[in-house]
Amino acid sequence: MKNDTLEGRTAATEEFLSFRLGAEEYGIDILKVQEIRGYEAVTRIANAPSFIKGVTNLRGTIVPIVDLRLKFGLGEPTYDSFTVVIILNVARRVVGVVVDSVSDVTELTAEQIRPAPDFSTGVDASYIRGLGTAGERMLILMDIEKLMSAADMALMDKVAA
Amino acid sequence: MAETGNAAQSAVSFDLTQFYGVFFEEAAENLASMEGLLLAVDVAEPVEEDLHAIFRAAHSIKGGAATFGFADVTELTHELETLLDKLRRHELSITSLMVDTLLEAGDTLKAQLARHRGEEGAEVQGTAELVERIRALARGEAGAGAAAAPAGRILDILVGPLEDPAFADLLFELFRDVPDMGSIEATDGGKPDEAGMRRFRASTPFGDDEIRDLFSFHVPREQVHIHPAHGPMHPGAAGAPGAAESPASAPADDGFGFFVDPAEARAAATAPAPAPAPAAAKPAERAPKGDRAPTGGIDSSTLRVSVDKVDQLINLVGELVITQAVLAQSAKGLDPVRDQSLVSGMSELERNTRSLQEAVMSIRMIPMAVVFNRFPRMVRDLAAKLGKQVELRTEGEATELDKGLIEKITDPLTHLLRNSVDHGVETPDKRRAAGKPETGIVWLSAAHKGGSIVIEVRDDGAGLPRDRILAKARAQGMDVSDDMPDTDVWNLIFAPGFSTAEIVTDVSGRGVGMDVVKRNITALGGTVEISSEPGEGTCMSVRLPLTLAIMDGMSVGVAGETYILPIGSVVESFQLVDGAVRGMAGQGNVVKVRDEYLPELAMREFFAVPPDAPAPTEEVMVVIEADGARVVLRVDELLGQHQVVVKNLETNYRKVPGIAGATILGDGHVALIVDCGALVKRSRH
Repeated sequence: MKNDTLEGRTAATEEFLSFRLGAEEYGIDILKVQEIRGYEAVTRIANAPSFIKGVTNLRGTIVPIVDLRLKFGLGEPTYDSFTVVIILNVARRVVGVVVDSVSDVTELTAEQIRPAPDFSTGVDASYIRGLGTAGERMLILMDIEKLMSAADMALMDKVAA
Repeated sequence: MAETGNAAQSAVSFDLTQFYGVFFEEAAENLASMEGLLLAVDVAEPVEEDLHAIFRAAHSIKGGAATFGFADVTELTHELETLLDKLRRHELSITSLMVDTLLEAGDTLKAQLARHRGEEGAEVQGTAELVERIRALARGEAGAGAAAAPAGRILDILVGPLEDPAFADLLFELFRDVPDMGSIEATDGGKPDEAGMRRFRASTPFGDDEIRDLFSFHVPREQVHIHPAHGPMHPGAAGAPGAAESPASAPADDGFGFFVDPAEARAAATAPAPAPAPAAAKPAERAPKGDRAPTGGIDSSTLRVSVDKVDQLINLVGELVITQAVLAQSAKGLDPVRDQSLVSGMSELERNTRSLQEAVMSIRMIPMAVVFNRFPRMVRDLAAKLGKQVELRTEGEATELDKGLIEKITDPLTHLLRNSVDHGVETPDKRRAAGKPETGIVWLSAAHKGGSIVIEVRDDGAGLPRDRILAKARAQGMDVSDDMPDTDVWNLIFAPGFSTAEIVTDVSGRGVGMDVVKRNITALGGTVEISSEPGEGTCMSVRLPLTLAIMDGMSVGVAGETYILPIGSVVESFQLVDGAVRGMAGQGNVVKVRDEYLPELAMREFFAVPPDAPAPTEEVMVVIEADGARVVLRVDELLGQHQVVVKNLETNYRKVPGIAGATILGDGHVALIVDCGALVKRSRH
């Protein structure tokens, strides 16, 4: 019996990488995260939306860098040695997102995830999976794959199905 | 055979589908090599090893198809194998009809495989009739249906009664002069019997009617009596029924050939053409191992690796080269005396990195033979359709080219070759009238010249009709004059307007989509040149860079950013002089370059440089050319020329207007490669 409960718990648990955009704390599925890096110089892409900082060289691969702070109008878009880039693996692509800071990895069970109300954040509600509570903290759980594939991210030629 | 397939499938119940890709690839290669060999077969004197190779190709396809349970492929290849086995054991001799049927079977197999692969539009018609024809050929009998003439039949022919028996001797000449007719011998010692009848025994693939038609040159049709022969003419040419009992095949049928009775072995050795080794002749499906032995040497010398892995390797090496360059940069400050070992280590590292890069890049290189091999068939079919006699000669098949380029060059080359056969080579009577041999020759060659590969499609046809091209160009409203140099005239056929159907018929061709050919080749960073002599023929030469992945680029600075211009597009550059740029009625600026006014494009504006960027200290104009048009780019500075590794922007991002790709500079930064074609197009509209 004890084993059963344990296994049941493990299966229902998901891990989220939490990061900050301004005052809000967000979480994304850890399995979509490839690595976390510091911000390096990017090459500007002409006529791209302002939140697309440009492309950078990630070990020989050309990777676009999106500043989520600019995209959602949250936090201070400063770039220094402490600026963090989360390299994501979404929709079979590698994309980097700039955030204010990365906090930690949080485990959440299905019960800890609640549906999100329609307002509350700078992020469009359709990209929010729900709200996670971990002790005193509240994580806004973002469907990062859906967000990155969205047409208004202008990251892909065709919106991924 | 379907049973074998099912049995294999149920016995091996794990997921076989993961191996499908490998099977399809191998089958396609086997079919291609089978086709190539079949086309090369000289019916009169087939090369021993080729017959074995064709058999092996069919055999491997059958083996694979049976494993994966593709019953229809197995069935057809099984019949092919039976026929091919007899051919390689010389129980039957190959005829051109067999070659045609085998080629047809190859096409059907291709269609079957395409359907199994799940390709849309791949329909397979019933193969029952084809299978029956192959069986008939394998039996050495008259085939089913009128189209399938009997192959390698032994006939007793009775001619007479004749007034002059000597007429019958003329029949020998017939067999000597008509190609593929076979052989004939007199069985009556050259003397007619009392009734004035002459007896012959002939081995021929021709049908009875055909024989009568040919014989009627010398003797009346009704005097020719043809019967199938009752005994073999010579042991090796016997049909299937006799072969089973013949000593040559006996050891092959009962097992592994290890326990061959000495008498039988001697018999086998003296038989006209025994199989090279007893093991090779044993029934293939029972023990395929023995049959694989001859190909073992080839298999072990190559390794099948997915392109993804190779590309990953190339990326990693590219990364290594950059790291090495960064290291070398920081090592410049080292004291050559104090840090001697470090300095020499750095130069060692540089050398090794370069050789590693070259070696890795060469993995992607594949021989042109992959493309060339498909053309003999196409030329053969096309020439037959047009009623022309065309011989295709290829050279330089071993020349290597990047895999990506090979795939992209196939269509343009097909087009050029088709043009040569269709419009270059004349019909046999026209050629005869011009005093040329009736068979036209088309050469296809590939060779390395400098840093590029040159592929030539040359024919010995009539050459390009200069007058008609000029007349057509004039009718199209192009600016032409009669004293234009030839090369300029030939280049007219690349103009987009020249490719409509109406012009093709009027100018007798060379217009069919030539603009598309030119555009495709230009897109690969290549060029096309034409030379032509009236009555002598035409030569189209295509020059391509060796690889798509590496490009010679000129880097230019624009407001602190670096952009790469493909060197092939750069015509010249010059310092901006006051007054050289003139406005043009609000339509943008033009620059006078020599005697020409070219539109000007300011890179700062095109690439929307932020307004706070520092103003340039001086400006340089770069003339670029693409799609036959020129534009002057205004840039801040020229930074230098170097080879860049081209990276795709679309892998992780999207297409960017005016940008063809990206590359990583020596300092690890990304630089964008300018799409000159797009820039030219943009400035012209």
